[in-house]
Amino acid sequence: MKQDILDRLLAAKADSIPVALVTDLNSGLQTLVFEDAVHGGFGLEDDLLTKVRERLRQDRSGLITDPEDDEGLRLFVHAHNPPLRLLVVGAVHIGQALAPIAALTGYAVTVIDPRGSFATESRFPGVTLNDAWPDEALTQLKIDSRTAVVTLTHDPKLDDPALLVALRSPAFYVGSLGSKRTHAKRLERLKEEGLRDAELARIHAPVGLDIGAVTPAEIAVSVMAQITAVRRKGSAA
Amino acid sequence: MTDDILQQAAGWRAEGRKVAVATVVATWGSSPRPVGSQMAVDEAGAMVGSVSGGCIEGAVVHEARKTMEDGEPRLLSFGVSNEMAWEVGLACGGQVQVYVEAVE
Repeated sequence: MKQDILDRLLAAKADSIPVALVTDLNSGLQTLVFEDAVHGGFGLEDDLLTKVRERLRQDRSGLITDPEDDEGLRLFVHAHNPPLRLLVVGAVHIGQALAPIAALTGYAVTVIDPRGSFATESRFPGVTLNDAWPDEALTQLKIDSRTAVVTLTHDPKLDDPALLVALRSPAFYVGSLGSKRTHAKRLERLKEEGLRDAELARIHAPVGLDIGAVTPAEIAVSVMAQITAVRRKGSAA
Repeated sequence: MTDDILQQAAGWRAEGRKVAVATVVATWGSSPRPVGSQMAVDEAGAMVGSVSGGCIEGAVVHEARKTMEDGEPRLLSFGVSNEMAWEVGLACGGQVQVYVEAVE
């Protein structure tokens, strides 16, 4: 490994930038593949670059080989990704269940709510709380492609500013609590705020997989299941 | 965890030591450490991280020193025997491939 590659790799990790270190096991040459750039010792053809970025997105390190040729191509892709994060807007009852479930699933959780009586340590023991206004909090937390955002307040004053930031961010998942009726009204408001149809279509609402969830904990399970499905299977979920 | 290992490798290099990094690139069956697991070794044999539950680290350090000397990367294959697998707490054996490279 060249010192230059190692330094750039460590710098990307320090800045929470996703990067894949690709090693040609036959030649020892290495290349860093970013989401939007490539740096290093050898070039990759477009189809291989796509496969590398797919692995980076899925956080799946491993070998890319030529199935037709045992002695041929052997690339090792080492995905280096910043930690997964879940930003929950609304320190509400469902959030109290969602925070620990998300933490178990491997997410660093932040609960955002400017209403002091909601976002308290006693309601959210051990959870990172942020009492800024949701749009300010989300901007400050720098949403990346390893971040999921869920709004749970039902209150347009809190949810809408959060969605305006989240839907223009690289977040891999944006979900918003509310019935179909609530969501239809929300879409109208956000459209007036200037969001395009493609941006609005990113919202998962009503939030969560349809498992007939009733209680706050069940809804939290359905939300976490949906986030997992989107992360592992792509936007199909 | 991986961060610490690569940072340690960079730190050792900055002190002028020879350093090699070993990475698990493939596993078959049950293997104690997943693909992407790493360890760094310096010329004196100091090491951080792991590529198995402890059963192949000695051999990897040996190969890492050769790589530090000649600069040639090495691709090592290990079959973890059932007996060894038992000792590292696995119910059945596995195979692991480890890539060793010098930082230069």
